[in-house]
Amino acid sequence: MMRKENMIIKHTRIIALDTIEMVLENEYISQNAVPGQFLHLLLTGHMLRRPISIAQVNKQENTVTILFKVVGEGTRTLASNSIGSTINALGPSGNGFPLEPNAHSTALIIGGGIGIPPLYYLANELTKKKINIVSVLGFQSKDYVFYENKFKQLGRSIIVTNDGSYGEKGFVTNVLDQIGAFDCFYSCGPLPMLKAITTQLKDIPGYISLEERMGCGVGACFACVIPAVPSGGYKKICHDGPVFHTKEVQLS
Amino acid sequence: MSLAVELPGLSLKNPIMPASGCFGFGREYSEFYDLNRLGAIIMKAATKQARFGNQTPRVAETAAGMLNAIGLQNPGVDKIIENEVPFLANYATPIIANIAGSTLEEYKEVASAFNAVKEVAALELNISCPNVKEGGIQFGTDPEMAAKVTSVVKESSNLPVYVKLSPNVVDIVAMAKAVEQAGADGLSMINTVTGMQIHLPSKQPLLANQTGGLSGPAIKPIAIRMIYEVKQCVSLPIIGMGGITTAIDVLEFLLAGASAVAVGTANFQNPFACTEIIEELPNTLQTYGFASVKDAIGEGIK
Ligand SMILES: Cc1cc2nc3c(=O)[nH]c(=O)nc-3n(C[C@H](O)[C@H](O)[C@H](O)COP(=O)(O)OP(=O)(O)OC[C@H]3O[C@@H](n4cnc5c(N)ncnc54)[C@H](O)[C@@H]3O)c2cc1C
Ligand SMILES: Cc1cc2nc3c(=O)[nH]c(=O)nc-3n(C[C@H](O)[C@H](O)[C@H](O)COP(=O)(O)O)c2cc1C
Repeated sequence: MMRKENMIIKHTRIIALDTIEMVLENEYISQNAVPGQFLHLLLTGHMLRRPISIAQVNKQENTVTILFKVVGEGTRTLASNSIGSTINALGPSGNGFPLEPNAHSTALIIGGGIGIPPLYYLANELTKKKINIVSVLGFQSKDYVFYENKFKQLGRSIIVTNDGSYGEKGFVTNVLDQIGAFDCFYSCGPLPMLKAITTQLKDIPGYISLEERMGCGVGACFACVIPAVPSGGYKKICHDGPVFHTKEVQLS
Repeated sequence: MSLAVELPGLSLKNPIMPASGCFGFGREYSEFYDLNRLGAIIMKAATKQARFGNQTPRVAETAAGMLNAIGLQNPGVDKIIENEVPFLANYATPIIANIAGSTLEEYKEVASAFNAVKEVAALELNISCPNVKEGGIQFGTDPEMAAKVTSVVKESSNLPVYVKLSPNVVDIVAMAKAVEQAGADGLSMINTVTGMQIHLPSKQPLLANQTGGLSGPAIKPIAIRMIYEVKQCVSLPIIGMGGITTAIDVLEFLLAGASAVAVGTANFQNPFACTEIIEELPNTLQTYGFASVKDAIGEGIK
């Protein structure tokens, strides 16, 4: 269950261009978070909280790691917080990725840019369950690449950059036929990428994590909705997601 | 200290209630605190049929506020009565049903549906909706149409009706007088102020609906001014809202003439906004020399 908690910044580090890794200490959130959940962070001077995924958890040290890209005023404020200061969070928010496949099956992880963070926590948990993972990670260019070695420690990893400045050139969808057989996939990234993937892999069970501008972040305001299929109606991304089965929602 | 207030159809243990559309049907916030602590609960707008609402993005942040264009997404009045009212009926907190429509007939049907539900204590009439039969002019920007919809709803229901005024008008007093004459039992004010934000990367309006309603602290002075003006010209009790985040804000609304208040956008920043305000309010009243909520109502008007 989500709570309103204060988190203490233990550590921050620049891991790529405009991209920051921040370690936050809070017992309740670290002990209860599962992969795919997010924090809804209150930032000084901002009316609306900012959703940021949980990228790793250390239950011994009661810490949660987030990775974020500075793209606007809110993330700039977040980045300016110093070690030892406190950030208010609602969390752990939303529903995580089902850790569905059986041991020894293979899961494909496909991440695009700043959609990669929740997949790192997921990849760790899948590995603990003896599931083989293969990761395909897409970035704009070499300067934005992060966590390559961390993913490599968990299994085969392919890096793709749009401009070809590092790894394979193109989009993550260009390399999917190099992977071989896999039983299911998990993905998070920009909407065009998710659309391409769910079309290309439509016969394979998959889970995607979605982004939308949020209001309350708890399911009350109906800001972040997505059409549901086949039931009709809608799902609330903050409350029913952000993770959905690919067959549950209609990507527009 | 007494926080209690009596309004038509509503005995409130305190004057604080969540605003319509900012609290869903209570379920989500009931995981943070006991809803019995609230003075009342105003449900999200109900229409006759289920409505999916607008395309996303539906919200944008602004300086000291936010824009929203949810588009009255709701499951329809029958589903609300079947699935949502029974949940809220578990609490000893009066339920106010917010109703919306795009024709007079729709308002009438939604109002009659709630009239049959004993757990609903009052109606809040959202008139900031386009009238599709009158060229899309909002019911809430034309005194005659506002009066018409008020009397139609009054005829369809025995419940007290609080008409929620739109601030997007030149003469708020004229609107208030029109609905008072049409039989309103109270006023709710203010709804959101129409605004727009341009998204620089795309050079286009950010919200899919282009325009949205501005809420939050940015609109508080507008709400205070309108309540202050209206209070002097009509005798209806007022539920005030618009940018309330603290007990001090509540006192300002009481002084301007509100008898109770609703808290909207503040819930998004702090899910405990309503209960923290309820806890702070006695001290705030005392600091400014008031022995009860009632003592402060309208005291700003000399
Ligand atoms: C469930 C979820 C998980 C996320 N996880 C991460 C993560 O791990 N790392 C990361 O860097 N980013 C993540 N994002 C995106 C992140 O929330 C936005 O980049 C951030 O809110 C931008 O805020 P800003 O003030 O810097 O930018 P601005 O563009 O100035 O923000 C203005 C408003 O738009 C909203 N907004 C802008 N872009 C997005 C977006 N992509 N998604 C949702 N709201 C947006 C902001 O919250 C704010 O209300 C996630 C988004 C969601 C929905
Ligand atoms: C996301 C959102 C949804 C809203 N939905 C409704 C609604 O369904 N019916 C209504 O009468 N007012 C609705 N409102 C208006 C609020 O009830 C309130 O009048 C307004 O937001 C001003 O108060 P605030 O500044 O405290 O939010 C909504 C406001 C927001 C922010």
